[in-house]
This record gives sequence, C-alpha cells and structure tokens, in this order.
Amino acid sequence: MTIQEVSTASQKAGADDADRLAKDTGAPVPQKKQRGAPWPVHFWRSAIGKKWVMAVTGIMLLGFVLVHMIGNLKVFLSAKEVDQYGEWLRTILEPALPRTVFLWILRVGLIGAFFLHITSAYQLTRMNHAARPVKYKGGRNYVAADFASRTMRWTGIIIGLFLIYHLADLTWGTLNPHFVRGAPYENMVQSFNKWYIAAIYIVANIALGIHIFHGAWAMFQSLGLNNPSYNRARRYFATGFAALITIGNVSIPIAVLTGAVS
Amino acid sequence: MHVNLRVWRQAGPKADGGFEEYSVDDVSPDMSFLELFDVLNEQLLADGVEPVAFDHDCREGICGSCSMMINGQAHGPEKGTATCQLHMRKFEDGANITVEPWRARSFPIVKDLAVNRSALDRIIESGGFITVPTGSASEANLTLIPKDVADWAMDAAACIGCGACVAACPNGAAQLFTAAKVSHLNILPQGQPERYERVVAMVDTMEEYFGSCTLHRECEAACPKEISIDFIAMMNRDYVKAQFKNRRLSAQR
Amino acid sequence: MTNYTTASEPLDGKVPPGPIEHKWDDHKFATKLVNPANKRKFEIIVVGTGLAGASAAATLGELGYKVKAFCFQDSPRRAHSIAAQGGINAAKNYQSDGDSIFRLFYDTVKGGDYRAREANVYRLAQVSVDIIDQCTAQGVPFAREYGGLLDNRSFGGAQVSRTFYARGQTGQQLLLGSYQALERQINLGTVEMYPRTEMLDLVVKDGVAVGIVVRDLITGEVSSHSAHAVVLATGGYSNAFFLSTNAKGCNVTAAWRAHRKGAYFANPCYTQIHPTCIPASDDFQSKLTLMSESLRNDGRIWVPKDPGDTRSPDLIPEADRDYYLERRYPAFGNLVPRDVASRASKREVDDGRGVGPLKNGVYLDFAEAIGRLGRHVIEERYDNLFQMYERITGEDPYRVPMRIYPAVHYTMGGLWVDYDLMTNVPGLYALGEANFSDHGANRLGASALMQGLADGYFVLPATISGYLAPQLGQQPVPTSDPAFVAAEAEVSERTKRLLAVRGTKSPDHFHRELGKIVWDNCGMARSQDSLTKALGEIPALRDEFYRDVKVLGSDMDFNQSLERAGRVADFLEFSELMCLDALHREESCGGHFRVEHQTEDGEALRDDDDFAYAGAWEFTGVGEDPVLHKEPLVFENVKLAQRSYK
Repeated sequence: MTIQEVSTASQKAGADDADRLAKDTGAPVPQKKQRGAPWPVHFWRSAIGKKWVMAVTGIMLLGFVLVHMIGNLKVFLSAKEVDQYGEWLRTILEPALPRTVFLWILRVGLIGAFFLHITSAYQLTRMNHAARPVKYKGGRNYVAADFASRTMRWTGIIIGLFLIYHLADLTWGTLNPHFVRGAPYENMVQSFNKWYIAAIYIVANIALGIHIFHGAWAMFQSLGLNNPSYNRARRYFATGFAALITIGNVSIPIAVLTGAVS
Repeated sequence: MHVNLRVWRQAGPKADGGFEEYSVDDVSPDMSFLELFDVLNEQLLADGVEPVAFDHDCREGICGSCSMMINGQAHGPEKGTATCQLHMRKFEDGANITVEPWRARSFPIVKDLAVNRSALDRIIESGGFITVPTGSASEANLTLIPKDVADWAMDAAACIGCGACVAACPNGAAQLFTAAKVSHLNILPQGQPERYERVVAMVDTMEEYFGSCTLHRECEAACPKEISIDFIAMMNRDYVKAQFKNRRLSAQR
Repeated sequence: MTNYTTASEPLDGKVPPGPIEHKWDDHKFATKLVNPANKRKFEIIVVGTGLAGASAAATLGELGYKVKAFCFQDSPRRAHSIAAQGGINAAKNYQSDGDSIFRLFYDTVKGGDYRAREANVYRLAQVSVDIIDQCTAQGVPFAREYGGLLDNRSFGGAQVSRTFYARGQTGQQLLLGSYQALERQINLGTVEMYPRTEMLDLVVKDGVAVGIVVRDLITGEVSSHSAHAVVLATGGYSNAFFLSTNAKGCNVTAAWRAHRKGAYFANPCYTQIHPTCIPASDDFQSKLTLMSESLRNDGRIWVPKDPGDTRSPDLIPEADRDYYLERRYPAFGNLVPRDVASRASKREVDDGRGVGPLKNGVYLDFAEAIGRLGRHVIEERYDNLFQMYERITGEDPYRVPMRIYPAVHYTMGGLWVDYDLMTNVPGLYALGEANFSDHGANRLGASALMQGLADGYFVLPATISGYLAPQLGQQPVPTSDPAFVAAEAEVSERTKRLLAVRGTKSPDHFHRELGKIVWDNCGMARSQDSLTKALGEIPALRDEFYRDVKVLGSDMDFNQSLERAGRVADFLEFSELMCLDALHREESCGGHFRVEHQTEDGEALRDDDDFAYAGAWEFTGVGEDPVLHKEPLVFENVKLAQRSYK
C-alpha cells in the first residue's frame, strides 16, 4: 500500500514546534538526559538530587563548624582546656577503637562531605550557566534575591580557599613558621597576633556566616522540609546559626589582637 | 505622559539583536503597557519601520501570552501583575523604560520580544495530567476533598504558564512552573495513582531544558499569580520520595 | 448587499425522531461505529484548541483516530476559553433546589428566547452531568464545601444554584484540564500539535471537506493538510466590534473561509452583550475587560436618580439612588439574563444617568453585601476579580462601587450545523462558539463552557463515526490534488495582495473604524435605518482597506501586522452579513434588539409566526446577495411564551 501524502508542510509526522523551530529557527533543544539508571545514579544526575546532596552534606558541615567553634571557644577558658580538648579528639571511642581512628573517620567523612558539596555546586553552576547562555543586556533588577543568595558561589570559593590555608596554618603547619605539633593554643595565638593573618580569619568567617545565612535556610527547601507554619522559624534558625558561628569564630582572633587572650 | 523606550529588536532567532530607542508622547496613565506598545507600533508603522513583535492575547492577565522584561524585571515593577495588566500610572512622566525579551536557552527568541516557550508544553506532555479517558469518570461527589486541600491545589493550579519564573530566575530554572503543575495534581486525591511517576517524569523533562533552583525567590516575586515557592519544596520532597517509593510494597501493608 | 434571496427548501437539522429524552441515546445507538483497530486509519483535523477543540482532539485521539490539532497561539493552553471566569452549569441538582435535566433544558431554551434547536439543548443538558464528573476526575479544582462536596453558586437567568466554579478562574481550570488531556495524547503520538499555525482556507472537493490550508506564523510557510474530516472549533466573532472582551487574536477567519467555501453561516446577528465589563477609558483602549457575571449575585446595580448628580457614590443617600433592575424586575432583580441587564444599563446611560468620568457606566455596589456577609466572605468569592478591577482602574472596589458597562462578549451565531454538529458541507464539523446551535438568540451565564466541553468531549466523538464509517478503506485526498494546489495558491495570493497595497493606514485603524460602525449600528439596539447605514459604510470601508492598508515586512516571516490584516479583511466581509441578518430579522429576540419591535415597557418583542427559524446564509460572492436557508424551529417540549423576569 502506498502512503498518501496528507500534508505539504515541511514538517514530518510527529514533529512539533520544538523540531520545527530547531530546524528553522534554532529553538529549544533539550539536553537529553539518560533515563532509567539505578536510583542513586538517576538521583545524582538530577539537579534536585544534587541539591538534596548539597543539603545533606551542608547539614554535616554545619555540625562540624558548630562543634569546631565550641572547641575553639575554650581559648577563653585556658590554654590547658584547649590542649586537653585537642588531645580528647584523638582519644574518642578509645579503647573500642585505637587512638585517632575515630578522628580519622570524622576527617574522611568531612572530606567526603566537602567533596560532594563542592562537586554538586560546580555541576549545578555549569547547568545554570548553560540554561541562560545570553544574559540580559539591559541589566537585572533583583527584588527578592538577596546578597547572600547571589554570592553563594563566591562565599563558597572564599571558604574553600580559606580552608586550605587554615589547614596549612594550624593543622599541617606548613605555612606557620612557629608551628608546634600538639600545642594548638600556642599556635593559634602566634598566628592571630599577626594582624594580617587575623584579618584573613575574620574575612573568611564573615563569608562563612553569609554562606550559612542562605544555606541553612535553603537546605530545608531542597530537602522538601518546609511548611508554611514554620517557614518563619527557618529564617530565624538560619540567621541565628549564621550569627552564632560568625560571632563565635571572629571573637577569637579579635580577642588575641586586643590582648584579651594571649 | 511621555516615556522613552529602549526596546530589543531582533529580526529572527539567529539574527543579531540590539536596543533601539523610541519615545512616545501622549501616553495616558490609564493605558496598559501593551497599549503603549500598540501606540508605539502605530507610530513605527507610520514612519515606515516594521512594528515590534510581541506576544499578547487575552490582555486580562490569564492567557499567559505576554512576556516582557521591563527594566530588568519580568512583567515589570508591579507585584502579582502580568505585563498586560501593568498600567502606565505605575511609571513616572518622562520615565526611561528598557524592554527586553525573556532570556533562557530554552526560550529562543522568535522575533523582537516574542520567544518560544514550547519547552513548557513538553514538561506537561511528559506527565502533567491525570489519565482519565473521556467518559470513564465516576460521579464527581464520590471523592470528598477537604476545602483546604481544594484551595491549596487551586493556588498551584492558578499558574498561567507565562514563563516569568524562568525569565526572572538568575539560573533560568523552571522550578516554579513545574512545581505548580506537579503540586496541583499531586495534592488532589485524583492525582495520587500517578503521583510519583508524574513528578519524576516532569522533573526529568524540566531539567533537560532549564537550570536548577538555588532559592533566590525571584520566581515567586515575578509570578503574576504569586505562586508560593513552598510548592517547589513539595516537588523536591515528592521527587526524593519517588526514588525510594515501591508502590507494590506499600500495597502489601 | 442589502438584498437576499430565500431558498425554497427548508433546511433539515436531522434531528432524530422519538421523545426528546431518548433522542440522544437512540441516535448514538443508530450511529455507525468504527472498529477500534480501524480508527487509526482515519485522519481528523481539529482547528482551535479552546475547550471544544482541545477536548475534541484529546477524545478523538484517545479513541484511536489520527488527529492533527492547530492553533494560532504559541501553546494550545492559551485559547480564549481560558478567560472565562464565572463557572459552568450542570444539572446535578446537588443543592436539591428543584434542578433537573429538564429544567436546565427549559431555562436554556427560554433564556435563548426560543431561537435554539430543542433537541440540541436537551442533549446539552443531559451531558452537562458527565462533564462535571469528567473534569473533576481530571483534577479541575472546583470549589468545595467544608464537608468536601462540590459547591455551587447561582447565575443569571436561573432560579437554582447549578453553577460549578473554581474561584474566578473556571475557564482557565477547565481549559487546563482539556489541555492536559490533549498533551497526554500528543505524548502518546495520537495527536500532532501545530501551534502558531493559522488556518487560512478550507479545501472542498466535490462538495466534501477534505482538508485545510494553513500558514505557519513563524516561517510564513503556506501548506496544506488533508484528512477524512475537518473540525472547526475556532470560537466566535465578537472582535468584529473591535472593542470586545475577546482576546486580541480571536477572529472569524476560519469560520468565514469555510463559509466562503460553502458552509452556511447561521444567525450572525445574535451577539451577546455582557452587562458587567469595565467601561472604556479612552480612545487607545485595545479591548474591554469582563468582570464575571457572578458579581451580580452579591453586587447591587444602581445609578443616581438625578442625571446631574456628581457626588461621589458613598455620599449619595439611598433615597437618591435608583436600583433600576430590582425596581423593574422584582423576581430576578440583579440576576436577570444578560441581554435584559445590558439594555437596562444602556437605557440609563443614554438617559444621561451614567457614572464615571465619561458618564459611560453604572455602579455595581458591594457595600450592602460586605455589611451583611463580612468582607472576608466577599474576598473569598471575588478577591481575584476585585484585584483585577483595581489594577485596571486604580480604584478599590471594597470601598468604591465598581463601574460597569456592557460590552460584546459572546456570539450565539455561527456555522450552521445539524444534530451531528456537521455543517451542510459533508465532512466539516463546527463545535463550541463556532457553531450556532445551542444558545438560540441569547446565552445564559456559565453555559458557554458547558457547550464547548459537551461538543468536544461527548457529542462530536459519538457522531463523527457515522460519517467516517462508510469511508473505511478510502485514503484522504492527497495534498497534490488540484483542489489543494488551487487553495494554497489562493491563500498565498491573498497574503501577497495585503502586502502589496502599501497604503498609509494600519490594519488596526480599519478594525477600529469597522468596530465603530457595527457597535453604533448593529450593537445593543438596531434599527432599519442604522443597519442600512452600516450596510452602506462597510463596503466603502472595505474598498478603502484594500486601497490604503499598510502592512510592512514580508510574508515569509513572523509578521503580526500581516496576521492582523488578514483577520480584519475577513471581518470586513463578515460584518456585512451580520448587519444584513440583523436587518432581515424583523423582530427582537435575545441579543438581537430591533427598536421597531419592542413592547410598551421597552422589552424585546418576538415574532414567532414569521421568525421562528434559524437563518442560515449561503455565500455567493463578496458584496453579492446571499441566499437565506431557513431551518424551522419546532418547539414540542417548551411552550413559546414572552420571556418575563419580572
């Protein structure tokens, strides 16, 4: 049986606007996603999955910065308290686990969380840039997006770079000429006594606060945990958490600079 | 009133575009923004310049055709208002107004201010419906739906599909549109059987065309129907649940 | 053309025999069916994707036919059905207030001033019940009572509450329901969608509709599509008046092109003027905005008694206000049918009692309802309408009464169709507002959505098989056929002609001029003089149009002026027929009010002896005298009576 010609449109059967425009006018062409993968892979490939990963790792990192800050605030008690705390970290779960094993588990977990957090952020940024290759030529007038939400990328990069410096300064000691392993209090005071190093710490912690101000609010949304009845509380939580971390952390270099701690 | 317009002109999807400056006199404050463009186009036609192409139809804020980026804001400065319902009384005499088409990879420019939004149709096509062949429905009052639930579904269903959320989003994401469409059906009892297949299909299609959500909330601010970003959270939750949901297992319980 | 000839043979609506309650069921049984495996061998073209078109395309696709759907908008979801606000009627009798299928049928026939075909209206009332079930199952979020049951409101022209609604966005929600069903079929491949594609001609071969010619609005490409049947669901022609509540894109082109190819156009003079629209504010006005008629449930309409009263409305005491609808029609009060309410407002404004800066409106006042029910109840019911009003006028209707005035809103006339919804051209169907059949001379509120969905979901899919079944094994006429080639050439030639004029005035200029002519002479009140005047002015304007229209750009491009010029050209031809029909109908009925034919109270005076027929016009040439075919309307179940809402 011969197929009768039922249309003279240059469009093939089954074609739609997208196909026609793709040919004639270059219009929306999807970036085809692979579908049907096992769920962790499928989930990771989706932006919502990556945002979920960012939220979960974000919670882990929030927990870390909170505990880290609490430990550091011991400088206001005494050098001994800090050093004891540092020693305690190495001995957690002893004798069930050998010395420093639990600390290493925590470190590996943290490294994993950082890695996933940064990888997701990078991939989402790529995706978002691709979604609008041509920017608005007449400029934008933002009405809802705040400074924090629009600078997540930059505050994130600042925090990442700071982290490397911070490790080199006070964990590995590679950038700290006066570094003495096992004497965290003394190392810290030595560093913060230099105003430019203290400034680095202060700037980085303000960036961290801004990052948390948006992140600790947004993570509820990414996890789907929001509810009009406590949406307000989310804002208070994020603001409070960001303020707590920033003030807590910044207070230490300031205390050292002003001589309150020496 | 008198206004100075800077309007994006582009002959076709592949052509280069640029801003052209026009000034329009005798603008009445009671004029809608699209009527301003009608006047401008009459003026251009008289001058032998091809009129500005722009999408519009119902001009009462419901069809979702109109789509202009006015002074860097989707649908302009008035909250909860589509371009067609924006009136010139919101602008000052002598105002400089920049008008641009909506920009996103999946909203290619057709001409001047008109863009192709068929990607939004693709999202609906992939799962934005309830499968109910004509004539197969049961008596309408058999399913009781609490008023709050119906109202909440209606809040989501109010979406006019204009694409302002995509235009306003710094990431070019269509999360608010997709979330509204997913939630409208996923909230209602009638939508439950296809709930998880729907959210996965629609989100996956959305992500083939658009960016991701980083919670700037620009979409909510630009939406002419003021649809809440709470629906995005609901979509996220359903999408995550869909990864784990085994409906055969849940049927055994 | 001021003359016409009358065909000697009456037109047969092919209404099935038997008692009215059984006609539809018996007819469905008598209609030939197409076996499910054979359905995919039939191609059907659906033009328009509003309620009627989208629901028809989706249902035909579901049944297994190969469907092509066309719309000029960028997405099928944008058709103008989306703008309907108030609701959709159905004879569910959920309120147990005495409603029934027969009562809905009766109200519709009476509301239509006894100019509708009884059998069609009865069928409409029958399937109205299924529409609510279907739409609810699709996820249309109809308003609910606190107990979870569907809520109803009352509407003009009825004394029962049978209107289902979804806030003030019922049309939107219903259209999204059928659009979603359509998108599902597009995904399944049974429907091919052609958005931004405008039908510019019907192709008829040996008297049978075999396809259409379309123009791709983006590339300008003109192409043909052939099929076993062509379904037009292309809406009404209110935009002939330029200022109407229709969307800017609404046009008569598809229906008019079909008419030029032989389809009869019935009752074009029946145009509905909606009583509650926002009055025009100046000359640049591009369209009028309707405020849902449901507002009349709680709002009270009044004007100051003294034409010279310039006080602000809140300062006018009760004694100086005239609630003219409540005074004249105590039984229905503010809920009289649309035509009655519209003419009453016109009378007040014509007598100088109009309100607002241009004195072109009447007040619709909610103060009493807000006092009685509380502001929150009014917010719940109408908040989006109030917000819309405030956006447009800059006035807050919670504090200041709304100003309203009638505007053209819906057209009852359309392509003549038989009981199967097929026009007199075999293979050509017309659905929804594009046909003429169900509303007679006036449509009741909340009935347009009902008719569109009834035609698309339930009627056409059941009747079209009767036409298709005998064609099994036949291929559609190939698009290489001379009939297609000629039609395509004609379309291209017409487009080029519009571009070639290179005159001095825009298409909109001519459209506005046309609008003024028909609104002044063929609007809310018509007379022999005014219609004769219009019939003289329209051809002159048409000639001027072809001499002096200015369309820039090319035909092989996205060219909105060119689109508009083509539509205006068709309105210029169509309006003449509308005026001629109004002139020939020497009676007043529903939306057609002839000043020569009114009662002493100024109410419409019908002439059932001479005009109880549907007047279907046959095209003979532009400006040529058309041929009138009469379909006698027989009323066996409703007694003809003078409508009274007193």
